[in-house]
Amino acid sequence: MAGRLYTKSHEWLTVEGKNVTVGITDFAQAQLGDVVFLELPNPGRKLDVGESFGVVESVKAASDLYAPVSGRVTATNDQLAAKPELINSDPYGDGWILKLELTGALPTDLMDEAAYKKSTESQA
Amino acid sequence: MLAAIGIDSMEGLLVDIPRSLRIPRLELPNGLSEFETMAQITSLADRNRVFPDRLTFRGGGVYRRFIPAAVAAVTSKPEFYTAYTPYQPEASQGTLQAIYEFQTLIAELTALDVANASLYDGATAVAEAAMMAFVHTGRKEVLVSGYLHPEYLDVLRAFGEGRGIKIRKGSEPTAKTAAVIFQQPDFLGLLVDAAGLTKRAHDAGAIAIACVDPISLALLAPPGQYGADIAVGEGQQLGLSPSYGGPHVGFIACHKDLVRRLPGRLIGESHDAQGRRGFVLTLTAREQHIRREKATSNICTNHSLCALAASVYMTYMGAEGMRHVADVSFKRAHALAARLTALPGWELAFPEQQFLNEFPIRVPKPAVMNRKLARRGILGGLDMHRWYRELKGVFTFTCTEVNDPRAIDELVEAVSS
Amino acid sequence: MTEPLSFEKSRPNAHAPRLPDADVTAAGAADVIPRELLRSQAPALPRLSEPEVMRHYSRLASMNYSISEQFYPLGSCTMKYNPVANEAAASLPGFTALHPYQDEESVQGALELMWRLEQALCAVVGVDRVTLQPAAGAHGEWTALRMIQAFHRSRGEARTEVLVPDSAHGTNPASAALSGFQVVEVASAPDGRISLADLEAKLSSRVAALMLTNPNTLGLFEREILDIAELVHNTGAKLYYDGANLNAFMGVCRPGDMGFDAVHMNLHKTFTTPHGGGGPGAGPVGVKSDLVPFLPTPTVERTNGHLKLDFKRPQSIGRVRSFYGNFGMLVRAYTYIVAMGGDGLTQASMDAVLSANYLRKRMEGLLDLPHEGPCMHEFVASAHNLAPNGIRALDVAKGLLERDFYAPTIYFPLVVPEAIMVEPTETESKATLDAFADAIAEIVKEAKEDPDKLHHEPHSLPVGRLDEVATARRINAYLLGQSEDPILRWKPAREQPC
Repeated sequence: MAGRLYTKSHEWLTVEGKNVTVGITDFAQAQLGDVVFLELPNPGRKLDVGESFGVVESVKAASDLYAPVSGRVTATNDQLAAKPELINSDPYGDGWILKLELTGALPTDLMDEAAYKKSTESQA
Repeated sequence: MLAAIGIDSMEGLLVDIPRSLRIPRLELPNGLSEFETMAQITSLADRNRVFPDRLTFRGGGVYRRFIPAAVAAVTSKPEFYTAYTPYQPEASQGTLQAIYEFQTLIAELTALDVANASLYDGATAVAEAAMMAFVHTGRKEVLVSGYLHPEYLDVLRAFGEGRGIKIRKGSEPTAKTAAVIFQQPDFLGLLVDAAGLTKRAHDAGAIAIACVDPISLALLAPPGQYGADIAVGEGQQLGLSPSYGGPHVGFIACHKDLVRRLPGRLIGESHDAQGRRGFVLTLTAREQHIRREKATSNICTNHSLCALAASVYMTYMGAEGMRHVADVSFKRAHALAARLTALPGWELAFPEQQFLNEFPIRVPKPAVMNRKLARRGILGGLDMHRWYRELKGVFTFTCTEVNDPRAIDELVEAVSS
Repeated sequence: MTEPLSFEKSRPNAHAPRLPDADVTAAGAADVIPRELLRSQAPALPRLSEPEVMRHYSRLASMNYSISEQFYPLGSCTMKYNPVANEAAASLPGFTALHPYQDEESVQGALELMWRLEQALCAVVGVDRVTLQPAAGAHGEWTALRMIQAFHRSRGEARTEVLVPDSAHGTNPASAALSGFQVVEVASAPDGRISLADLEAKLSSRVAALMLTNPNTLGLFEREILDIAELVHNTGAKLYYDGANLNAFMGVCRPGDMGFDAVHMNLHKTFTTPHGGGGPGAGPVGVKSDLVPFLPTPTVERTNGHLKLDFKRPQSIGRVRSFYGNFGMLVRAYTYIVAMGGDGLTQASMDAVLSANYLRKRMEGLLDLPHEGPCMHEFVASAHNLAPNGIRALDVAKGLLERDFYAPTIYFPLVVPEAIMVEPTETESKATLDAFADAIAEIVKEAKEDPDKLHHEPHSLPVGRLDEVATARRINAYLLGQSEDPILRWKPAREQPC
């Protein structure tokens, strides 16, 4: 499995062939605080890179989620409806948000872990 | 204080204001003592004519009703009226719990799942409900069936125009219709087929919005009973004086599927670390201070104190008291209608339709009637021709528990003299 | 102390209030109206006696902080003392008993009051006409944007964007979106004022208006306001004034002279009508002459001392609420203006600025002050300096509640981390300001010496910190069908027939 990649809007993704898993980063969940609700797309929906596909809410903030790649939604994390706190407790594991089937090339502006870490240090 | 700040005159604090913008003085008279101020304000109040409650037969969305003294005794408590929006829950439990009770009272009355903390008035409540339907369905047309209060319709149009929503009059929704809006009883006081309209809306995939009179709900089927998705209305009759049209209070309640689209404040139950129950503003991520341009509405300040008045009213009256005044109003209005239609030239405008406590009637001498009544201290019916070309000579009369039988006699005598 | 819900105190055998009987010969509703139109199940309203009702609400009242008992330094909210004479004026039967559809002849006093209030507000903000119809500030913002939209449309211009500074109140972008505009954010410069460079970059022929408050939400006067107005007007756009901060300069300068074309005012901030625990307020909007044709209907017109409502306004945006506005609030505001006069209102603003600067001075060394003074009527401090102790703005706020002060506005504006926004207003004495500063000093000391203690405050109020996260999650569980308890209302245990 390739390493995680990151977007400027604080999503992470892993890519295995055409299968992409998406979540939000540890930095993003810490900024949001305790997550209480997610609004997610139905499987089958086609997303363009950069398209807003849902919302993640805490009691003090709400943040749009953006597709890190173009693709078709193949699954969303069913567990999050009952346990949105998984986003906080395990953002890179059980707190994954959705799976996509890649329909185009990977965007070139995705960051690796080191680059993302650097970008968040300047924001913190 | 100036010395503590480290400057020698107020000018030192106003340095950022360009000189060219400074004005020499505010062009208003100088201030007055409280005594002089009140004399001036009282003289304005005295230039208005006050019709006694019992001789007021005019409604049209604002009604005279018995207001228990308890209402003002509560709303005039400074702990309520001088408090701010309850942002700090630990120091605002009184307001928060009162609003939570208001939400419950409105949800009970409308038989819907959830109500919000209040809106400005009935008109903006209709418009906000239409916006919910527009966002929820993604459709751009709103259908208004029958005689919706003309001012509510105007406000709905003003809201719709900004966002490109088309307001159409009619009762046949299509696949483009976001919502069907109807008023029960309607602006003329007549009962409409609320259940049928709701079904038609649902068959077309549209939201059914019922604009209702809260007192009537003690008697009539509430929106939840016939399956309407959203109930809205004007709460003035719940303990608020006419006050030349405001402030009153709008209410909105909805089915649980639409709760996340509700405008305005919502209060929820919570607990502290010791397990004590308390109440908090909740689901705030829908609201403007967090969601900004993506908020469900721009509303911030709403009508909390008026909602408090309504809560005191409903709590004082109870379901039984509200049912009683609704029934008394019904009987008196029907007695009045019978007396008036017995007079030559008077006839019900829609004899085949039922009404509760307000009814449209064709009068023989529309031009002089109200002037004649006013001379006897009576505020007569409301001229429908002002809004509806087809209703020439038609006036609506309203009766409530404050119009005693002797007042009805006086009205009948006055119009027949 | 907690108080049970009215529903929980309900007694099935409590006496219903005594009410008049119909005393006429007519059938009852249940005998005439078809059953399917009638209510099948009575609403579960509480049943309480009058003494129980009064005690219930008195106990609730005692659980509130309010201006009548506490200092309320809520930035951006202008929590002044609410003069009791205003309440007496608004309670006069000559106002409360008026039906909105009475003939004009019978309401000349009410119309005269509205007309005079309009004149006074025109004088304060420097505009040509004012509509008194909007019910609140946000409602006024939306009304103004609708007028600006109608103005552009009348000239055949489809302008689709509204510019909003990143430090703006959330109502600004929400009102713009509700009017159908796209919102474009303008950045703040490092000194806390709007960035002229960014403004220039974002202005275009698509822009309908720039929404601005001055002084801005940081309490800073936009020194370059005349240049801003020129830039905006040169592109054909309008300049909108969010009147939340009008208390800073009444009698000193006027938004109309700065180049603002539309101005909303919050009568419940600047003009002392009470906040009522979240309304009712009133949000009149003033406009310059080229927006006058678009004012909501009706306007109040006065000829030879005779007043009338003008409904014939072909270019009007229509109605924004029923009737003529929150009339009872208009009475209160007018009473305040008469009592204060031009001299009193000017002094009020001067005193508000003085109080804010004094308190700001007293914050030095206690909290961060990210922007250079002087400020106008409010200032923004930051609890960022307490972060190493694990203390946030929220903890400072809760510490103040424990010390019998209401908390300042926190976490706003968004551009300042750990923001604490303080607006003392002119109606507080130096002694109160000093006591507040002393309380902040004590909290800062506690933050450094015993932060854990501060984390657990307040403990002397009816409830401690509430678990808002659990509440939101439980509501969402209900909305997703995973629970029967809505949390947003009390749920009756029993069903009762009608």
